[in-house]
Amino acid sequence: MKIGTPKEVFEGERRVAMTPDSALQLQKLGYECAIETGAGEAAGFSDEAYKAAGVEVLPTAAQLFKAVDIVAKVREPNETEAKRLTKGQTLISFFWPAQNKELMELCQSKGASVIAMDMVPRISRAQKMDALSSMANIAGYRAVIEAGNNFGRFFTGQVTAAGKVPPAKVLIVGAGVAGLAAIGTATSLGAITLAFDVRPEVAEQIESMGAEFVYLDFEEKAQDGAATGGYAAPSSPEFREAQLKKFRELAPEVDIVITTALIPGRDAPVLWTKDMVEMMKPGSVVVDLAAEKGGNCEITEKDQRVVSDNGVVVIGYTDFPSRMAAQASTLYSTNIRHMMTDLTPEKNGQTNHNMEDDVIRGATITHEGEITFPPPPPKVKAIAAQKPKEKAKELTPEEKRAAEVAAFKKETKTQVTLLAIGGALLLAVGLVAPASFMQHFIVFVLSVFIGFQVIWNVSHSLHTPLMAVTNAISSIIILGALMQIGSGSFLVILLAALSVFMAGINIFGGFLVTRRMLAMFQKS
Amino acid sequence: MEFGFTTAAYVVAAVLFILSLGGLSGQESAKRAVWYGIVGMALAVVATLIGPGSGLWWLSIILIAGGGAIGYVVAKRVQMTEMPQLVAAMHSLVGLAAVFVGFIAHIEMARVSGMDQETKDALKGFAKLIAKKEAVELNILRVELFLGIFIGAVTFTGSVIAYGKLAGKVTSAAKKLPGGHILNAAAAIISVICLIWYFSTGGFFPLFVMTLMALFIGYHLIMGIGGADMPVVVSMLNSYSGWAAAAIGFSLGNDLLIVVGALVGSSGAILSYIMCKAMNRSFVSVILGGFGGTTGPAMEVEGEQIAIDADGVATALKEADSVIIIPGYGMAVAQAQQSVSELTRKLRSQGKEVRFAIHPVAGRLPGHMNVLLAEAKVPYDIVLEMEEINDDFPSTDVVIVIGSNDIVNPAAQEDPNSPIAGMPVLECWKAKQVFVSKRGQGTGYSGIENPLFYKENTRMFYGDAKASIDSLLPLIG
Repeated sequence: MKIGTPKEVFEGERRVAMTPDSALQLQKLGYECAIETGAGEAAGFSDEAYKAAGVEVLPTAAQLFKAVDIVAKVREPNETEAKRLTKGQTLISFFWPAQNKELMELCQSKGASVIAMDMVPRISRAQKMDALSSMANIAGYRAVIEAGNNFGRFFTGQVTAAGKVPPAKVLIVGAGVAGLAAIGTATSLGAITLAFDVRPEVAEQIESMGAEFVYLDFEEKAQDGAATGGYAAPSSPEFREAQLKKFRELAPEVDIVITTALIPGRDAPVLWTKDMVEMMKPGSVVVDLAAEKGGNCEITEKDQRVVSDNGVVVIGYTDFPSRMAAQASTLYSTNIRHMMTDLTPEKNGQTNHNMEDDVIRGATITHEGEITFPPPPPKVKAIAAQKPKEKAKELTPEEKRAAEVAAFKKETKTQVTLLAIGGALLLAVGLVAPASFMQHFIVFVLSVFIGFQVIWNVSHSLHTPLMAVTNAISSIIILGALMQIGSGSFLVILLAALSVFMAGINIFGGFLVTRRMLAMFQKS
Repeated sequence: MEFGFTTAAYVVAAVLFILSLGGLSGQESAKRAVWYGIVGMALAVVATLIGPGSGLWWLSIILIAGGGAIGYVVAKRVQMTEMPQLVAAMHSLVGLAAVFVGFIAHIEMARVSGMDQETKDALKGFAKLIAKKEAVELNILRVELFLGIFIGAVTFTGSVIAYGKLAGKVTSAAKKLPGGHILNAAAAIISVICLIWYFSTGGFFPLFVMTLMALFIGYHLIMGIGGADMPVVVSMLNSYSGWAAAAIGFSLGNDLLIVVGALVGSSGAILSYIMCKAMNRSFVSVILGGFGGTTGPAMEVEGEQIAIDADGVATALKEADSVIIIPGYGMAVAQAQQSVSELTRKLRSQGKEVRFAIHPVAGRLPGHMNVLLAEAKVPYDIVLEMEEINDDFPSTDVVIVIGSNDIVNPAAQEDPNSPIAGMPVLECWKAKQVFVSKRGQGTGYSGIENPLFYKENTRMFYGDAKASIDSLLPLIG
């Protein structure tokens, strides 16, 4: 089958759904590849590069749509494109079916199958095709860079000959993929980074990226991220109040705010109100990654850079991934390629649209003339349910002491009991056994004691040599045979001789192999 | 020669043996310590040969020399990966020797007891020693030699089976005859009855029956234990061979035998204890075979095993600053230690920190991995124990797991229903990236699913361990 990518028609869209690299991989799956001429231009991939990768370059979008079985795109198709789809054709792109009902119905009426990359369920198996995450990652990175571009100071604190520069303070609201990427970028630029999220379980992730988690003084049953597939859900009004109060406290201190709070299927919650912007220092920057959905900041304007009355820059761009078109295309095309891998289990260039598969089922919104959106909940839960965290109780010094004393007492008790039992047993043996036996017995008990003391000190790495050497010296049994060999009958001599012979093997074999092993241990 | 001289020689030999074991606390002192053991053994043998009670010394010397020659050849030829088999085979020899010595003591006792006082006085050597014993002492002697033979016989068949399993000549899966442990228990009860019988009559027959029972117990007990539990089995047999020597020492009234037997016995016991602790299982449950019963359904493992090729691993290694390698039995099977050593050398020459993490039960013998790595000239100071290295995983860039499975299984900590729950494991999944070199997607010996293979930061590097590592070598500088 043939897979093709037209030039993106959405204004300002520079990404492309197929790169020369991904084309090579797709060809390995058995597909032929085609692109519309100039499709990769804006992302930095020339037609020549595609040709070199064995991709057919077609002059117009119309021809491309006619020639291919699968269309891979970045943005959802516009009406013209959707009308070009034919029965049995497959379209893979971002689609936002909940917002684009009519478009979906149009595609359905054309009989095309549509796989929406934004509908890929969030299960770990599908991570490799989670294009939302890979785009969010870029957006988070770019948001920090964009903020730095508009921020008149260093991120990192410096002490220079010309004076001391304090580090920038960055607040990240919403620690999803974009938020975490922004945290990583901001901390690596040297800023002091604070981060907030409504899901307390992400505190660990935030801290692992080097930011400080902003805790709220608020008692509420924590949201369980598992119930919503790892996304945030709307919070209660009381919680919201507590949250805004905290932000008002922070607003005068922070230099850069990056908001990434989105709730699936809803408008973005307003978290950075006008008065907070007014409280910020002049020259501060707010980057609103939720601008597409109305923005987290009250004064955000979509796709605009606005400056507030007190000189705070508020950035509402929605095309961050497209601003890093080369990187974004590479990642997105890889996501597409992974999707194709799952669609082509046989690697023979024929798609197998398996609607039993959780991932494929979830992402497919129209198939064989039917609308298959919304999908049933996936069989596999995205994230394991949160286990209630047990906090290790802090012990007071008294309790610690008490525990130590108790442990000591217990140890003494067991030791005394063991000694008492052992002593009693020894005495019992002593009552019946003759003196000659007891003499040997003392030797035996003391040897066991010495053995235990000595062996505990043996280094773990020398356990094999230890076994070999104990093996060699356990051939001391030869003494018994040697003592007996000279006395008595032929049978005795034969058995004793055999014993001596076997022990002889053991003595030499054991010691030599030990020596061989020990000689190998070398220091670097 | 005087009896006093022999005893003095025994004292010196005993001290040398203790020093020899004590010296194994460090790699350098161990090289000296093995000489103490050799000298001690030589001293003990010579003192016995020229001391009272022995005869036919020319025959003895010839036999020792003959056995020694075989031992020499075996020790020179054995591959380091074959150490577990060798150790098991040697245990079986000690066990068999103990059985023979015990039988001789019985034969002599029977012979001497039939003599009158005059002939007794004319006796020499070992028989003279018995002749001097009183009735109570003879009874004790019976118990002692009975025990010596019993332990010796269990050690013998047990070691033979262990050898077979380790050498791959007997299937390494746990196998039991129908009836299971009831058979063992029955055999043990018959042995006890034989002891009472023998104690009261002193006849040969009960001794013979008991020997057969003991041989059966040794066989059946070890057959019921699977390959991965071999470290415990081998150290247990090590311990038994020591106790057998000690029991024989009692019956012969030889203090050196008792001392050395006790030393070896306690050494093996401690090793078994350490191994059991490393698996979080009681000694009894290991010996009775099989993993403990699960208490509920195992946790579902989600995700998929993602494969990676040599290029990917090489790239990650090039970018890493710190690398930890976790070898397991698979490395020994594939004979990959030389390749691993070469990889280590290359990475270290690029200024990366490379270390090895050794789980106490990795391999089929306590300390097995250390010996293999030492053979491949990996310096021992970068080979660390589990406790030493477990806290370092979170700050490690790349972990390479080569042929180990259960010892890196996070289910031991995360899933209370797992059969290995609570077993201390190497927490390699806390590292930034984990590569698992494995032959295929199977669950390995224990049949326990390993969630490590499904973790996000884990990549599976399928293929034979040696071939995989070799394919990495040219890709790394």
